[in-house]
Amino acid sequence: MLAWTIYISFIGAAALLLLPRGSTTLARILALLTAIAGFAIALAAFLHHPTGEMQVITRVPWIPSLGIEYHLAADGISLTLALLTGIIAITGILFSWNIEERTKEFFAFYLLLIGAVYGVFLSYDLFVLFVFYEIVIIPKYFLIAIWGSTRREYGAMKLAIYSFVGSAMVLIGLIAAYVVAGSRTTALADLAHYPFSPHFQMLAFPLVFVGFAILAGLWPFHTWAPTGHVAAPTAASMLLAGVVMKLGAYGCLRVAMVLFPLGLGAWSHHVLGLGSWRDVFALLAVIGIIYGASVALVQNDFKFVIGYSSVSHMGFILLGLMTLNQIGIAGAVMQMVSHGLLAGLLFAVVGRMVYARTHTREFYLLGPMNLNKAIPFAAVTFVLAGMAAMGLPGFSGFVAELMILIGTWHAYPLLALLVGLGIVLGVVYVWRAMQKAFFAESRTAERPPHHPLPPITLPERIGAIILISASVLVGIYPQMLLNIILPALNSPLFEGLRKGSWQ
Amino acid sequence: MTPIPVLTILTILPIVGALCVLAFTGRNANLARWSALAFSILSLGLTLVLWAHFDSASGALQFQERHVWIGPPLDIEYHVGIDGLGLLMLLLSCVVVPIGILASWRISDRVPLYFSLVLFLEACLVGTFTALNFFHWFIFWELSLIPAFFLIKLWGGPKSTKAATQFLVYTMVCSVGLLLSFLALFLAKHTFDFIDLATLAQHNQLMPAVVAKLAWQRFAPEHLALLIFAGAFLGFAVKVPLVPFHTWLPAAYSEAPTGTTILLTGAMSKMGLYGFLRILLPIFGPQMQLVLTPLLWLAVATIVFSAYAALAQKDLKRIFAYSSINHLGYCLLAIFTVVKFTGADAALTTEKYAALNGVFLQIFNHALTAATLFWFVAMLEQRTGGIRGLDDFGGLRKVAPVFTGLMGIALFSSLGLPGLNGFIGEFLIFKGSFPLVSWATSISVLGLLATALFMLGILQRVFSGPLNERWATFPDLTTRERLALAPVIALMFALGLYPQLVLGIVNSTVVQMVQQLKF
Repeated sequence: MLAWTIYISFIGAAALLLLPRGSTTLARILALLTAIAGFAIALAAFLHHPTGEMQVITRVPWIPSLGIEYHLAADGISLTLALLTGIIAITGILFSWNIEERTKEFFAFYLLLIGAVYGVFLSYDLFVLFVFYEIVIIPKYFLIAIWGSTRREYGAMKLAIYSFVGSAMVLIGLIAAYVVAGSRTTALADLAHYPFSPHFQMLAFPLVFVGFAILAGLWPFHTWAPTGHVAAPTAASMLLAGVVMKLGAYGCLRVAMVLFPLGLGAWSHHVLGLGSWRDVFALLAVIGIIYGASVALVQNDFKFVIGYSSVSHMGFILLGLMTLNQIGIAGAVMQMVSHGLLAGLLFAVVGRMVYARTHTREFYLLGPMNLNKAIPFAAVTFVLAGMAAMGLPGFSGFVAELMILIGTWHAYPLLALLVGLGIVLGVVYVWRAMQKAFFAESRTAERPPHHPLPPITLPERIGAIILISASVLVGIYPQMLLNIILPALNSPLFEGLRKGSWQ
Repeated sequence: MTPIPVLTILTILPIVGALCVLAFTGRNANLARWSALAFSILSLGLTLVLWAHFDSASGALQFQERHVWIGPPLDIEYHVGIDGLGLLMLLLSCVVVPIGILASWRISDRVPLYFSLVLFLEACLVGTFTALNFFHWFIFWELSLIPAFFLIKLWGGPKSTKAATQFLVYTMVCSVGLLLSFLALFLAKHTFDFIDLATLAQHNQLMPAVVAKLAWQRFAPEHLALLIFAGAFLGFAVKVPLVPFHTWLPAAYSEAPTGTTILLTGAMSKMGLYGFLRILLPIFGPQMQLVLTPLLWLAVATIVFSAYAALAQKDLKRIFAYSSINHLGYCLLAIFTVVKFTGADAALTTEKYAALNGVFLQIFNHALTAATLFWFVAMLEQRTGGIRGLDDFGGLRKVAPVFTGLMGIALFSSLGLPGLNGFIGEFLIFKGSFPLVSWATSISVLGLLATALFMLGILQRVFSGPLNERWATFPDLTTRERLALAPVIALMFALGLYPQLVLGIVNSTVVQMVQQLKF
């Protein structure tokens, strides 16, 4: 049943293209219904599958001579991320309600992207996973290049190139693994249990990990992220930050770490105080947290602030993975959900609620518009989303960061202190952006803008309320997701990781 | 004991109030004011009912609720409960909030938002004072900053943006220290429960476990323990505040609308003291003892410096802001002196009881007196259109005798005149602290001296002397204002003459706290 999340998205995309010319409203509604159907399927699977262990969805031979199977399966982590994808898909469409130019194509690309994302999260065969992973790149390029704004061709091309380089690295690593394991199978579970030599794992792990981590915004390979996010139309930014970056993080966990657990082990020597790839990536993740936050602190373009904040938040996820303990990795998955919801919301506020109305994202122009009085709903949404993003308790970000921090205290106490610094910087940049954009001139006499800004529409309100409620729900009752994430981490798939360097 | 989850209801009630005020009052400002007042009085009423059912002979936690909230790997419980300390804090919050609302009656811009933020702040206060698990305690502790920030920023004076940001950033930075320290504790003992942690600390099982867990070779075990303590300490020291972490305070207090200042000084500063009493003293006692001398110096510096700083101020709100730091400094002094001698030394137990009783009394008194003083400033500002300089007035007693008289009572109470509430608290603190640590207590007397000077200075420069012609038509207190003030002034006398009112609540808790200080 869960496989239909993929198919229904693709069918929706095809159906959109068949619609007669000019039927924009119909296109929107059709896209929305498709996204809701996808979410409903994911939700039903979530409700019917409370244990979180791996369950096979579909398994049919595809290319038997190469040992490739069309194999979809879902465990708690996949389910969690599929739910996230569903929510982001729905709200992304709600926030794109104003797209007038080539509406049909826009939503067709959009649904194609969504379907492929579901596909990556549900694949249990590396070949299938890689196919879906590649499909993601194409619609995201066109979404940015056609409907984007600032330097869209540059942003789109940079994103595509980075993605392809990452994919190439992943592909080389996977083919090597396939060949070394005897060219018999591409099934994730089989390869995960194949005893690759430690030497091979030491080489293959960083290759595949970095290949995926490029898409997760690992510093210093993050530079596509801010430009891509800024250039993209609102819905595409939401998808990019909300789920596409999660594909990278998911790949790191599901593929790189599961296949090559020994690659995380200690080297025989120390280089600059670093004793393993794990140390290296943990350090890069922390640098990403602090660097992203510091750069966000000095931006003058509202959307760049959010773009760099994504880099910072994704650093938390990668750090959580590198803690290699249950609480840290579970925290990383929680942070994937949390950041997905919040980055989506923040981009929606900046791109749709503010930019689409004011046609500027420069703080010095936004300030005098007195936006907190002109569009109070946007101001309140941003305050709430900002509070959640900076990890204020009560929202999803706090639980996730708490778990990652506990894991980090466990594994790297010194880095935990640096992460503390990152959290402080996070508070500061969110608060600075909020003040500059919404509250800059709150005490001057009310000066109505030359053209009164159009009020916030109903779809925007619904979208914002969905995302905030989801974040609060996860923040207040994280148990809901932990119930399925933890059994997934305890499943046989992660056995190698647990045996290797798990603490 | 009732099976009704009273404390949860008490926490949720102001949130419901905040939502009602925001959602239903629309543009009707008066409706918003009255409904906010009604909700805050309702909370006060509920707290009084709680008091009536509270068994003050027992120092144990009462009205406890304990439910599993988040399972493994976090294992967090929803755990609330109050002892004498908690009840006292609830009482003072619920007294201060209606005062704050009354003093904000003239706010005219975005009224529903203002009052719903006030109620939201009250919910955070109640949540902080009842939570016994770090997880949801921290939720309220942090969330309280948000309404406070917007109250200062949106309704404050000309430099309010800077003041509000400074306030927020300072507190957040130190909260991160607090968070990291508690995560280190969690890592070692896998619990966030304050009571469990205190029990572990008492049996000297906590810090060794933390140190062993972190296994940080570069630090000696005691230094590592101190580092963890420093993180937690910073979080509370900023909130109280302790010199030199106080720099956010004068700006925030003076820029905030006066009604908000009442909430900040009356209730929010007590969150820090509550942290010292509930968390630092029981959990980090040995570490406090280790660095006792520097801590005492900080407390003495807080007391003396802030009193003299108040002497140099020209703005009434800034004077009272520094005076607030000064008064809370006495509390910190007493808290620090209590850890000087621990163990079986029974001879000094009475002194410790006195000192801690003094702290509790002083906490309540300061909330009451400081809130009242700022309330008078608010009424003064209403009449003068925002002018509140020390030298802008003169001879007001001729035109406003009742105003002068009642504010005089509040000033004298703040100064510590016997018969009024301020006296007993400070007396007990000095009586208890002097035998424990004589030098620090002796130097702190300098603070008392300066306090007397600036309080009398206000009386002299604002109220006596020749009448400043500008204020010849200064209206005296209206009947409504007198009626609103009457219970507060009466409470000052009542506590001054019969401090047992507060001591009765906290005495058993104090006895228990002192007995637990054995390491």
